[in-house]
Amino acid sequence: MKRVLTIIHALGLLLVMFSTAYVMPLVTSLIYGDSMMLLDFLLAMVWTAAAGVLMWLLTRRHKGELSIRHGYLLVVTMWTAMPAFATLPLLMTIPGLSFTDAYFETMSGMTTTGATALTGLDSLPPAINVWRHEMEWLGGLGIIVLAVAVLPLLGIGGRQLFRAETPGPMKDAALTPRIADTARNLWAVYAAMTLICIAALKWAGMDWLDAVCHGFSTMGLGGFSTHDTSVGYFNSPLIEFVMVVFMLVATINFASHFLAWNGKTLRVYWYDAEAKAAIGLILSSCLGIAVFLWWNGVYAEFMTALRHATFNVVSIGASSGFASVDYGQWPIFAPIWMLFVGCIAASSGSTGGGIKMMRTLVLVKQAGREFLRLLHPAVVNPMKIGGSVVPNNIVFAVLGFIFLYFITIATLIFVLLITGMDFLTSFSAVLACVNNFGPGLGMVGPASNYQGLSDFQTWVCAFGMLVGRLEIFTVLILFTPHFWRR
Amino acid sequence: MKILILGAGQVGSTVAENLVGESNDITVVDSDSEKLRQLKDRLDLRTLTGNAAHPSTLEQAGIADTDMLLAVTQSDEVNLVACKLAASLYNTPTRIARIRSADYLERKEIFSADNFCVDFSICPEQLLTDYIVKLIEFPEALQVQRFSQGKASLVAVRAFEGGPLVGNPLSFLHTHMPQTETRVAAIFRKDGPLIPEGNTVIEEGDEIFFIAATNNIRSVLSEMRRMDKPNKRIMIVGGGNIGRRLSKTLENDYQVKLIEYNKKSCEKLASELKNTLVLNGDGTDEKLMVQEHIGDVDVFCALTNDDENNIMSALLAKQGGARKVIALINRSAYVDLLQGGNIDIALSPAHITIGSLLAYVRQGDVAAVHSLRRGAAEALELVVHGDRQSSRVVGRRIEEIDLPKGATIGAIVRGGQVIMGHHDVVIEAEDHVIVFVINKAMVKRVEKLFQVSIGFF
Repeated sequence: MKRVLTIIHALGLLLVMFSTAYVMPLVTSLIYGDSMMLLDFLLAMVWTAAAGVLMWLLTRRHKGELSIRHGYLLVVTMWTAMPAFATLPLLMTIPGLSFTDAYFETMSGMTTTGATALTGLDSLPPAINVWRHEMEWLGGLGIIVLAVAVLPLLGIGGRQLFRAETPGPMKDAALTPRIADTARNLWAVYAAMTLICIAALKWAGMDWLDAVCHGFSTMGLGGFSTHDTSVGYFNSPLIEFVMVVFMLVATINFASHFLAWNGKTLRVYWYDAEAKAAIGLILSSCLGIAVFLWWNGVYAEFMTALRHATFNVVSIGASSGFASVDYGQWPIFAPIWMLFVGCIAASSGSTGGGIKMMRTLVLVKQAGREFLRLLHPAVVNPMKIGGSVVPNNIVFAVLGFIFLYFITIATLIFVLLITGMDFLTSFSAVLACVNNFGPGLGMVGPASNYQGLSDFQTWVCAFGMLVGRLEIFTVLILFTPHFWRR
Repeated sequence: MKILILGAGQVGSTVAENLVGESNDITVVDSDSEKLRQLKDRLDLRTLTGNAAHPSTLEQAGIADTDMLLAVTQSDEVNLVACKLAASLYNTPTRIARIRSADYLERKEIFSADNFCVDFSICPEQLLTDYIVKLIEFPEALQVQRFSQGKASLVAVRAFEGGPLVGNPLSFLHTHMPQTETRVAAIFRKDGPLIPEGNTVIEEGDEIFFIAATNNIRSVLSEMRRMDKPNKRIMIVGGGNIGRRLSKTLENDYQVKLIEYNKKSCEKLASELKNTLVLNGDGTDEKLMVQEHIGDVDVFCALTNDDENNIMSALLAKQGGARKVIALINRSAYVDLLQGGNIDIALSPAHITIGSLLAYVRQGDVAAVHSLRRGAAEALELVVHGDRQSSRVVGRRIEEIDLPKGATIGAIVRGGQVIMGHHDVVIEAEDHVIVFVINKAMVKRVEKLFQVSIGFF
């Protein structure tokens, strides 16, 4: 119990900090002269801050150092409590919105999933749209800091692989020695890139509101849009191109960005085996699917096929979830392959979701090792990624992760099937939520959204997002009896 | 000449052995008195027990009037410090150090006169690796030595049935391939040397030394024997310094398997090497060899520290069907015993190292010395200076030069051009002359012949 109170104390502080995030929508409503919105957001801000202060004050006697075990609990409560408070303005301003749908929406934002349960996005007040996109941006920032600075301390997350001896400029030592400094630096890199992205989108032809919103959701690899037809609304190759570039940038480990930024060198990326594999897989998929679509006559012109294939494959592959066309109508190979790429492609320490390319590399190499061991029983071949050796205990951790990942996905699919959902929808919805890319196929395809789901189904999907975002172990460990034993 | 050798290990003692024979005053310093006693029993030299990096030891060893310091202890650091001390405290004219670590070798400025004052650094492991790499590159050759930055090469090959030249006189070589310039420098038949003449008939089993421009080696080799398939699969036993370097050099061009006994070393090797298959096991384990298809191996190299192990695993490999086996053997008695038998090439690390050291020790303008046939014969690259008056070589045709019997001028490298040593070629100043000497005892006379008389200065 004492432990829980310590967590609540820390959580109170985090909520007070979180309440400052309402400044963005407040400013937006001021700009647009929307006094109703201004009031609602002020109220939400006060409520959140007050709850935080209250939690902090009531438990101040239990202030204490957080241990590693506290870490798991804090991360999970943080990722469930913040979306809960973030629903306040949505519930206040959108009439008839249930708490379930509102929570789904904010959870989708905070986990950078980008699945939406709202329709009529074009007619939402600008402040609400800014709020939705800001959540994705904050969620992306949170996950980078979590993945790069915090999760390795807990011993999970793909980033720990980099703690093994890495050659050249990728040495972990080049990141700052203190978590707080690392987090601050990552924040600066992330913020700077977002500003560049917003400017580029404005230049490409968006208005300021759209540019800011899409800049947020692009860098967070979220996938929210201000329009029901997502990026298809703009129908502009230039905008699509800008977004493709920044989505690819966001799928690369932010530790690499930070090192490149700090050392003023692009050589860092060359040493990042994970980034090379991820970008290579995504781009070759783009080309392959473009050829496939053109061959099957979906698009008469190859260049049109290439344009749509590139945008949508990058979007799903990088786990963002924008759509420029209804790719649900493409021959089934293309969307299923996109889902597959989305499951594995994003780098660890990026804003993307899924298994992460680092773990994929470990798995592929492990398979190769097994083959070699069968052929040459005496062989000694440690696993090497980017020239550095990955210790066996990390390989086992990755194998454990993959097992849990598949069990989680299978279980959630079965749960949705029990509720009577059709197979394609439940399969794609679970993949889309656990891997945080948003739109699925069938009922939850790019042309529609998650509004048609029952309350229970919506909660299952929200849980899937949380589990997937926090790298499965972090959430599921709370359900083991050992966690609660002293 | 007064020479001080630090370290009585393999390199130190072999160098000492070679230099004693050339009438030098030699002192050997080592911290192991037992090693020194053994050396002293065998050779006519002075020994001293002590730490080679301490000035007091160096002083006792008589560094003050030493002409040359050879720091060849096991430790790079001791060698560096000794050279530095010799230069700053005692003004020793020539300082040579053995440096193994690539970390030092990559930064040449460490050796400059401002820093550790090393005139010349040698790395025996690297020399040996280069040597083996050349053998693998030319599978038919027994030995390949390069001169003048690799422009000309001296190659040893055993004549076998299938070579057009076998059974024919040497003059046939010129009529058979008039475009390719080459010169046979010596022939060893049943271990006795022959002076090659135009009418000498090549027999099967002859060991032939010829000199050719490096890019002609292959075509000349094909005259002496049937050409083998190019090498592809290499198996190396022993992941020490040499095995590791060799694997690293070869792994991108060949399929390399490396067998190492120590599990820990295996892991280290496997993390360092990219395309080499590292196997944990005993190099004399025939089951492992069969499992790894020894029958398909083109070159098998036994490179552990243990002579007996190397011999045994090389013999096993040969029996198992490896095409060519190479064994690293330190004891020269073993080398003579084994070469030409079941083991195709017996390598003596000391003799390979010593060539490059000798070039520095010798007087005159010697650009390279290669020790051949376990040190019995030598090939020298000499730079010629002076004019017709001051030199006994310049301005004369090769047939006019008073070379001792058994010494032949194989080739001349003039401004990047390789000219074969035919009897009517006139030698010019600044030529690099490659001389092949059948018997080491003649080296002194050859060197003297090429020296400029006092009047030149």
